[in-house]
Amino acid sequence: MSGSALLLQFLNGLAGASSLFLIAAGLSLIFGVSRIVNFAHGSLFMLGMYVCVWLAPKVGYWASVPLAAMLVALCGALIEVGLLRRIYKAPELLQLLATFALVLVIKDFALWAWGPEDLLGPRAPGLTGAVPIAGRQFPQYDLFLIAIGPAFFVLLHLLLTRTRFGILVRAATEDREMASALGVNQRGLFTAVFALGAALAGIGGALAIPREPANLEIDLAVVSDAFVVVVVGGMGSIPGAFLAALLIAEIKAFCIGLGYSELTLVAEFIVMAVVLIARPWGLLGRPIAELRGRDQADFRLAATKPMLAMLAVLALVPIVTSGYALVLLTDVLVFVIFAVSLHLLLGPAGMVSFGHAAYFGLGAYGAGLLVLRYEAPMELALLAAPLLALTGAAVFGWLCVRLSGIYLAMLTLALAQIVWSVVFQWDSVTGGSNGLVGIWPAEWLASRPAYYFLALVVCALSVGALWRIVGSPFGQALRACRDSPLRSEAIGINVRAQQWAAFAIAGTFAGVAGSLYAFSKGSISPETLSVPRSVDALVMVLLGGVQTLVGPVLGAALFTWLEDSVSREVAYWRAGIGAVILLLVLALPYGIGGLLRKWSSR
Amino acid sequence: MNSKLLFLLLFSPLAAGAQSVKIGELNSYKVFPAFLEPYKKGMELAVEEVNRAGGVKLQLVTRDDGGTPGDAVRVAEELIARERVNVLMGTFASNVGLAVANLAQQRRILFVASEPLTDKIVWENGNRYTFRLRPSTYMQTAMLVPEAAKLKKQRWAIVYPNYEYGQSATASFKKLLSQAQPGVEFVAEQSAPLNKIDAGAVVQALAEAKPDAIFSSLFAADLQKFVREGNTRGLFKNVVVFNLLAGEPEYLDPLKDETPEGWWVTGYPWSAIDTPEHKAFLEAYRKRWKDYPRQGSVVGYAAIHTVANAVRKAKAVDTEKLVGALKGLEMRTPFGPVTWRAIDHQSTMGAFVGQLAKKDGRGAMVNWRYADGANYQPADQEILKLRKE
Repeated sequence: MSGSALLLQFLNGLAGASSLFLIAAGLSLIFGVSRIVNFAHGSLFMLGMYVCVWLAPKVGYWASVPLAAMLVALCGALIEVGLLRRIYKAPELLQLLATFALVLVIKDFALWAWGPEDLLGPRAPGLTGAVPIAGRQFPQYDLFLIAIGPAFFVLLHLLLTRTRFGILVRAATEDREMASALGVNQRGLFTAVFALGAALAGIGGALAIPREPANLEIDLAVVSDAFVVVVVGGMGSIPGAFLAALLIAEIKAFCIGLGYSELTLVAEFIVMAVVLIARPWGLLGRPIAELRGRDQADFRLAATKPMLAMLAVLALVPIVTSGYALVLLTDVLVFVIFAVSLHLLLGPAGMVSFGHAAYFGLGAYGAGLLVLRYEAPMELALLAAPLLALTGAAVFGWLCVRLSGIYLAMLTLALAQIVWSVVFQWDSVTGGSNGLVGIWPAEWLASRPAYYFLALVVCALSVGALWRIVGSPFGQALRACRDSPLRSEAIGINVRAQQWAAFAIAGTFAGVAGSLYAFSKGSISPETLSVPRSVDALVMVLLGGVQTLVGPVLGAALFTWLEDSVSREVAYWRAGIGAVILLLVLALPYGIGGLLRKWSSR
Repeated sequence: MNSKLLFLLLFSPLAAGAQSVKIGELNSYKVFPAFLEPYKKGMELAVEEVNRAGGVKLQLVTRDDGGTPGDAVRVAEELIARERVNVLMGTFASNVGLAVANLAQQRRILFVASEPLTDKIVWENGNRYTFRLRPSTYMQTAMLVPEAAKLKKQRWAIVYPNYEYGQSATASFKKLLSQAQPGVEFVAEQSAPLNKIDAGAVVQALAEAKPDAIFSSLFAADLQKFVREGNTRGLFKNVVVFNLLAGEPEYLDPLKDETPEGWWVTGYPWSAIDTPEHKAFLEAYRKRWKDYPRQGSVVGYAAIHTVANAVRKAKAVDTEKLVGALKGLEMRTPFGPVTWRAIDHQSTMGAFVGQLAKKDGRGAMVNWRYADGANYQPADQEILKLRKE
């Protein structure tokens, strides 16, 4: 690279950093104060883009930017007042489920309101040209972006350090219960912060318009970028977010400039993994104050008999039908194993994983590779494939248990994304983006009823084993580690070892699910270990209720059935699923399992 | 029985001995709506035409496949087991298409892959029950190569979306151009994550390589970002650009007055084609939908007519007879006559190759020709080597 090329790529990186910072700052603020992991942040950004493109022909581009920010802020305030405020008291992570439902609703709303085509907005009037820098043409608008990022940083910094509002925000970030005890009006503060965060997302979206079209795919791309920046910088730290945005954008620009463009697929996740392993709270973050007053979960299996009765009923299904019901139920059984395995981490171990699909996918690919590349018999592949998942979980778990809370969750995500990108690009072994095709069960298991019985047996054994583990001394110790790591250490429990073992167990069973899944579908692709697959598992567990054992089983069944039936009957099926989840979140904050428990304890 | 119903039973085409066939169509309607909404309209128009003409009674069941192979396989199973369809049709992304093709082989049911572009669906992963309508990545790339070779440009840079479609377009282009123009140099290669191209940096890096020409397989949002950055940074001055798919209305229309003039593309100049078969289609489509057709409309329309024609030829709806009928089936489409090749189950539907231009603030294709898919195929021996049947 020549000197001028270096300079230009550095400037490209700066412009990219400004965009990233604008996206991330709002998310960081919201998390800092309300601890809400706002999945819908990218959707707010997307709304900002669409509103800007929609208003620009009417009022001009520059006027549409603040208008977009205000409309999105209003939208954010409505979300906070109408939805999130009602569930602050609910178990942690329920807000995550609620914001996930919002993603689905907002996406379909945008499709309905603005249509399916990408909308290429106007260029910014006054900044449409380019200026010569080092013999190259550099867009004026990118220079503007380079300035606007730091400007917003300074403004936010002043707001947080010099105003009363800022002091309250910082107090709430530091210790929200203490702030509340000292008479800070939490309700108003939360609404204001959420609206401010949304406004920043809206501005980010509107300012992106001169560089890229408003499109329906942008929401998830943006929210993943935003999370990475916020976590690398340290949750709740605005300077950290700025630094992280700079680091990631520059690394990406130079990957492209130096001819390693394939790396841009995962560059940010590699950075995140490295930073989190070296600094468990991000670049400038501090340990997060624990929230007090956690709910007490009940992991006793009160209802052995109903479960056995259920199993008996399921075993009789093939007598009635050999049709589609068996296909759907096989899917349900696979996802029950997957959800219950995630529950071991989420519930008893208290560790949130955003990357559980990695082990599911490793199981699936293990099965596929054994059958297709090594021509192993299907029965052997089914049994051996989870070992690959176990290996993955053991390695990743070892790295992850050093962290806690949201940082741990994001490290699982980063590691899962790295695995995904390897599978996605390693064409000669994994089949690349097309995946592996032609993984079918052995002859005697090929019929629908036969495979269904296999899935039923594997599912019953797996769930039984996982529940035994939760109730065993190991499971009790795991809960002790979750509720009080210090006391657990004091009575001689090796906290990390316990958690590491939990990772390995959960990963292995996710691999069992993945292996079973591969043979039921005949083909697998990198989507089996992608983020949406991980999110599905989270949604299943949360929908069912983290606090109970049967919750994840019910959640997996309900979610799979919902996806199947709603997508068949409703044109805007994503919004349909989102609406159902929102209703359930509001009506049953403890999940379906929680409801059952309430009934049975009466 | 009331007399009205009796009348209907007696005189409906079904009662008149028409072949009744149920098509189970699955596609990623919510993942690729820009392409698939017009596609659905094309299908519905064709179903109405076929049913009005009589002889074959079509019933179309459409499903959203969720955009992932796993979900698509489940949806296909539902169509087979519950809806008892005679034919599977549809899919967009290559991985989904390959998964459904493989299921079709396992369940022994005809699958007309309307949209996926991957070469593998008719080559490495081709099977007895799978037929593909659209010109493949290889074919469309090969259609651009003659024009590319004619220009005698020495230094080529390449940019592509980082997944199978972009990778195989790139590989085919390099191979075919090197054959047509020995000694050609490929000086830079940029792969961009799908939908997430960092256009500024990519344009900069391509400019640094000082290419004479660029081959791109970008589309949708990535293409728009690339065009805008390239225009602003002057990348396209004195550089010829070849871009797969960029002439399709789905991807061309959003560019409006920023349409880069002079680019060589494959696409569909719907307003300028004046063959009788296309005129008839255009008129019927506009009358039915009050909108102009996109590339997707033609694909959906032709896919439905493919099944109708196969049923007419087979005079039956059982799978093996339909497969037999489709091998070598000749039919008319809005693009002209098409043959379903017996050797690899690929239709010879072609694409239009031409240059981009601006007309009244909109993008259009000029200097175009129709590239018949039959002329852009590898040698039969190569295909037989790839297909493991």
